[in-house]
Amino acid sequence: MIAKIYGERLIEIPVDLYIPPDALEIVLDAFEGPLDLLLYLIRKENLNILDIPMAPLTRQYLEYVEIMRSKNLELAAEYLVMAAMLMEIKSRLLLPRPPSAAPEEDDPRAELVRRLLEYEQMKKAAQELDELPQAGRDVIAISVWIERTIAERLPQVNPQDLAEAWRTLLHRARMSRHHHISREELSVREHMSGILRALRERRVLEFSELFDAQRGVPVLVVTFLALLELARELLVEITQSENFAPIYVKLGYAQPV
Amino acid sequence: MHSPSEVKRVIEAALLASPEPLGLPELKRLFDGELSADTLRNLLTEIGDEWKGRAVELVHVASGWRFQTTTDFTPYIERLAPEKPPKYSRAVMETLAIIAYRQPVTRGDIENIRGVVVSTQIIQSLEARGWIDVVGHRETPGRPALYATTRKFLDDLGLRSLEELPPLEEIAKTLQLEPVPTAEAGTRPANYEDSAEPQPATGTEG
Repeated sequence: MIAKIYGERLIEIPVDLYIPPDALEIVLDAFEGPLDLLLYLIRKENLNILDIPMAPLTRQYLEYVEIMRSKNLELAAEYLVMAAMLMEIKSRLLLPRPPSAAPEEDDPRAELVRRLLEYEQMKKAAQELDELPQAGRDVIAISVWIERTIAERLPQVNPQDLAEAWRTLLHRARMSRHHHISREELSVREHMSGILRALRERRVLEFSELFDAQRGVPVLVVTFLALLELARELLVEITQSENFAPIYVKLGYAQPV
Repeated sequence: MHSPSEVKRVIEAALLASPEPLGLPELKRLFDGELSADTLRNLLTEIGDEWKGRAVELVHVASGWRFQTTTDFTPYIERLAPEKPPKYSRAVMETLAIIAYRQPVTRGDIENIRGVVVSTQIIQSLEARGWIDVVGHRETPGRPALYATTRKFLDDLGLRSLEELPPLEEIAKTLQLEPVPTAEAGTRPANYEDSAEPQPATGTEG
C-alpha cells in the first residue's frame, strides 16, 4: 500500500499546496489526525462533503502525507490507514455497478462522510465548550476571608465543668460525712502549698486525687479554693482533653524553680 | 424568625465565604430547615438581582449557587497573576466534547470519532481536573472504562445540567455541507469520478 502511495505521487507540487517550508511543520502539527486533515482539504478546496470527488481529495491527501514523511515528521499510523481507506473507496467507485442497486445504498463514500461529519460536529462542539466561561480561567469563585482560629481547637474547661466535678466530690464527701466538727484552722494558702507539693512528686494529678473526701466538706471547699487560687496565679494548669474526660492538674509555667 | 432581608444577608455571607457552590440542603441548614426550598429560591433570585452590575455576580450551577467575578474583569485580574491560566489543547477539548455529548463513552468510542489514538495523558488531565470520571465498564472484551462528565465539570463551566450545553443540533446546522460558491470555484478539478446522489447528512444523534 505504501508503494502505491509512492506510485501515485505527483512530481510537481500543485500551486494551491504551496506552504513556506518553515510554516509546514506548524501547519501539519495543527492537524488532529487524518479526519482533521481531510476536513481541512475539503474546506480549503470548497468540495461538496456529500459528494466528495475522491480522486483529487485522495491525491491531495497523499501529497500531504508524503510531505510529512519527507520532513521526517512523526506520522501516526492512522494517517496511513486513512490513505488506504481513501484509495479503497476510490477504486470501488471505479467498479461498474449492478444497475439494480440504488446508488444511495452502496456509495462507498457513505461511511467516510458520516465519520467526517460526526468528527466535524464534535470539533465545533469542542470550540463552543472552550468558549464557555470557565471557572478558574474566565471567572473566579469568590471566597472572602473569614476570621477563624486556625490553631488546633482544644476542648475548653469552663466553670461549669469545674463546678460539676466539684459537686461530684461534694456528693462523695457527704456520703462519708462524720459527725465531729473539726476546729482545725483551714488555710487556703496552706492547701495551695499542699497541692504544689503533691504536684512536685507526681507531675500530673487527676483533679479528684487532690481531694480527700474523708476529711469532710470544709476541707474540700478549701482545697477547691486553693486550686482556683493556684490556677489564677498560673501556678497550676488545669486541662481536660474532652468534655466529661478526667480533669488533670499539673504545674504551671510560672512555677518558680 | 428572621426578616427576609436578614435571611438574604445570611445567605450572602454564607455564599461569599464559600469557594464552592452551596446547594439548597446547605442553605436550608443555615436556618435550621425553617425555610422552604421555594422561599430560598425566591430570595436567591432577589440576591442575584441586587448584585447585578457589580464586579461579582451570583450564578446558579449544577451544585447550587456561587458568587464569582464577571468575565468583564478577567483581563484585569489576569494582570496580577504572573502566568496565564493554561489553555487546553484541541485534543483535550475534542475529547472532552465527545465525553460530554456522547457519555458514557469508552476510549475506543472517542478514538472512533476523532480518528486518532486518545493518549492516556488527555484522559488523565481531564480526570485530574475532576471533570470526567469512570462511571462503569462496558461488558465487552477488555471491559473498557466508560467515561462521563462530573458535576464539577458543569459547575466549572457555569452550567446547571448537560441540557445547557450548546445544542448539537445547532452545531450540526453550522456544518457546511454544500460548497460555497466563490470566485475560485472554477479552478476545482472537473473530473469527478461519479455522479452519485448526495448522501443524506446523517449526523448520528444520540
